[in-house]
Amino acid sequence: MRDIFSFNVLAGVLQTMLSLATPFLFAAVGETFSQLSGVVNLGVDGIMLLSAFFAFYTVLLTGNIWLGLLVAIIVGLLMGLLMSVVSVTFKAQQGISGIGLQILGLGLSSLLFKVLVGTVRTVSGFRRMRIPLLADIPFLGPILFNNTVLVYAAFLLVPVSWFILERTTLGLKIKAVGQNPSAADSVGISVNGIRYLSVCIGSALAGVAGASISISISNLFQDNITAGQGFIAVALVYFGGWSPIGVMGGALLFSFATSAQIWLQVLGVDIPASLAVMIPYILTIVVLTVSVNRGKQPAALNKQFFRGEN
Amino acid sequence: MNSAVERVHISHVEMKEIVKTFPGVMACNHIDFDIRSGEVHSLLGENGAGKSTLMKMLYGMLRPDGGEILLDGRRAVFHSPADAISAGIGMIHQHFMLVPTMTVAQNVALGQPSSRGFMLDLDVVSDKIRKLSAEYGLRVNPDDLVSYLSVGEQQRVEIIKALYLGASIIILDEPTAVLTPQEVDDLFVVLRNLVAEGHGLVFISHKLHEVTTLSTRVSVLRDGHFMGTRDASCLDRDELVRMMVGRELKEITPRGYSGGAERLKVRDLHVQGDRGTEVVCGVTIDLHAGEILGIAGVAGNGQRELAEALIGVRVPTSGTILLEDADITTAKLNNRINAGMAMIPEERMQDGAIKDFSVQENVFLHDHSDPEFSAGIFLRFKKMEAHARRLIQDFKVKTPNLDTPIRNLSGGNIQKVIMARELSRKPSVLIASQPTRGVDIGASEYIRERLLLQRDNGTAVLLISEDLDELFSLSDRIAVMYEGRIMGLFNREDTDVQTLGFLMAGLDPKGESLVGPGCE
Ligand SMILES: Nc1ncnc2c1ncn2[C@@H]1O[C@H](COP(=O)(O)OP(=O)(O)OP(=O)(O)O)[C@@H](O)[C@H]1O
Ligand SMILES: [Mg+2]
Repeated sequence: MRDIFSFNVLAGVLQTMLSLATPFLFAAVGETFSQLSGVVNLGVDGIMLLSAFFAFYTVLLTGNIWLGLLVAIIVGLLMGLLMSVVSVTFKAQQGISGIGLQILGLGLSSLLFKVLVGTVRTVSGFRRMRIPLLADIPFLGPILFNNTVLVYAAFLLVPVSWFILERTTLGLKIKAVGQNPSAADSVGISVNGIRYLSVCIGSALAGVAGASISISISNLFQDNITAGQGFIAVALVYFGGWSPIGVMGGALLFSFATSAQIWLQVLGVDIPASLAVMIPYILTIVVLTVSVNRGKQPAALNKQFFRGEN
Repeated sequence: MNSAVERVHISHVEMKEIVKTFPGVMACNHIDFDIRSGEVHSLLGENGAGKSTLMKMLYGMLRPDGGEILLDGRRAVFHSPADAISAGIGMIHQHFMLVPTMTVAQNVALGQPSSRGFMLDLDVVSDKIRKLSAEYGLRVNPDDLVSYLSVGEQQRVEIIKALYLGASIIILDEPTAVLTPQEVDDLFVVLRNLVAEGHGLVFISHKLHEVTTLSTRVSVLRDGHFMGTRDASCLDRDELVRMMVGRELKEITPRGYSGGAERLKVRDLHVQGDRGTEVVCGVTIDLHAGEILGIAGVAGNGQRELAEALIGVRVPTSGTILLEDADITTAKLNNRINAGMAMIPEERMQDGAIKDFSVQENVFLHDHSDPEFSAGIFLRFKKMEAHARRLIQDFKVKTPNLDTPIRNLSGGNIQKVIMARELSRKPSVLIASQPTRGVDIGASEYIRERLLLQRDNGTAVLLISEDLDELFSLSDRIAVMYEGRIMGLFNREDTDVQTLGFLMAGLDPKGESLVGPGCE
């Protein structure tokens, strides 16, 4: 027991937390855009799986991690387009089409993996990038400034998204479409156009989230490698009150719990492993039940828009 | 023109042979309509006549099935409101189109390219709003959150929005239906300014006196048909009514009153409003069986809260309410309804109907456990359907069928469904708030008849209205409410419009101020 509370362990826990938070941040901030425009995309996990596979496979074939990332984004965009066509243009129930997307992503990624790869193989993904000077700050420096590009990008995404949502015309339009689509339509905003855009932004970011798992964190692919992280990301949007900053808080809390749990096991602390693994999920449920502020929920969330009704 | 965007000024918009069909109804049947700059062209017609539908086509929200739209003689096709806006057409909708969680400035900025490109320019927008509001007398604060604004203020925001978008033709769909008489006067000042500046206005209202004071021309629709256009110089009220309704209206004749037993006794009632201040300050009234007691007063003087306290959706801070000598001051809404009370709420759209339910389901919101319509846990659908069909006919609700979701009905027809439901029950006490607001004159006449019928059958009716004509033609006794107090109670024969008007403004009949504002 003596080592558990040492600085080194704490640093390890924190660094693991940052890297685990990465896919959550991309996926949940992306989902925030989608939901603010009024579309619940429950297919995030499926998008992450398919993108994770294609990023991994591209890197396996070419060795080019940037190409892998690009492919993941394109796959995400295509899945987003599919979601938009089904639920925005054809006005299908969002919950159902999202689940459909999830099943598609899960099935297709497993199938392709079996057919094209077959066995567990690793790739060399994104490497840690030390930022000179900043990384020399005692204790915090190595934790914060010695990470992969995707970790930096994920945390940069938070203020950038906040800025887009709060300070730009696009952000205003997205929120108007999610709160009162008829009002947005009546001043000439294309409700469907904004919803397509928001869902596609969200799905592209889910694609990056997938890539961050397969070519940055694990550097491999296996069946259902996300283990439901896409669903946690959707929950984090509610937890974060539809704000990128709130979402970041949730992502950090959840990945801290996961990271602590991993380190406890690594250090051989005597708790049943299956119980330990459950901790983060139980935490999510508890926090979600006590914290969700429905007042902030976009009023037109999960509702189809028909023009010209009273 | 001081709009944010300079657009080509259009001076003549024509709609020709416009056709629009919905499943089961022909909402517009070859309608001609035109509007020039510098005039007010009013559109009259009963609920469901097709006024809103016609205007939604001019604003690009609906596509006509036939006919054409000409702008200064050139053919135009509007695929969406964006097209209509860029052609210089603006619309203020029957149900406001604002995002409640945003500020006034954000709502106005929504439709416009920003002067800073991708970035918001709310400070610039706010400045322009202030300028526009000073120029046209539209009092609004750009930083206020829309959800905190009164309906009058929200409407001013809508007008600013249209001006800001550079509209030279502005459509106003029943702008006065939700306003107090004072707010209507303010609105008319603004509208006259707009016309003087060269804007063309389309004005829709069910109130003939508004139409006659404001319009340059008046057109009438009936059942989707165009009935004709008249110039302001030769307007004849009776002729307009005939064109609209297809018959003369009956004069309601006063009937003798022989006050029955006391039904509802209210003693020294105090009630708090939404903001926690006392808005009903010691009201004492007696309501008798077989009478209509009118409550006159400008909206916002405690009438709504009084009605809510009587029916049981608002808890009084002190005082007592007795229904046939049983104390119901703290009784639940449900118990009061079972004890024979009924209410027509003021906010009918919000509190009276479930929008996704069908017309028939809305008719049966309360009465589904009535033995006439249910046997144990089963509902007797045949009976329910027959009952609903009868009500729809009696109240002349225009609906394709009983299964139509109520949100597809025209604004006034939704109201009629709620009226039909409440008036068809046999309550011992009926509280009716603004029962004819937003309802066309034919249906208003019918609703008034029904209220009188209730009275003749022994119901005690409390009628809250801002319309003095309505109060005079229906009430046996009239009380005036001002700042939460009853300022006077008269038999109808013993008073006149002028006396009541003074009391409603808080003045005694010689014009002296009676009380200071608020409860002490
Ligand atoms: N989206 C829709 N779907 C089906 N029917 C509709 C729809 N919109 C309007 N209607 C029908 O078209 C007819 C005309 O409706 P409209 O709203 O134009 O009436 P209106 O003249 O504005 O009446 P009101 O005075 O009550 O507002 C009505 O019978 C209505 O039920
Ligand atoms: Mg209408």
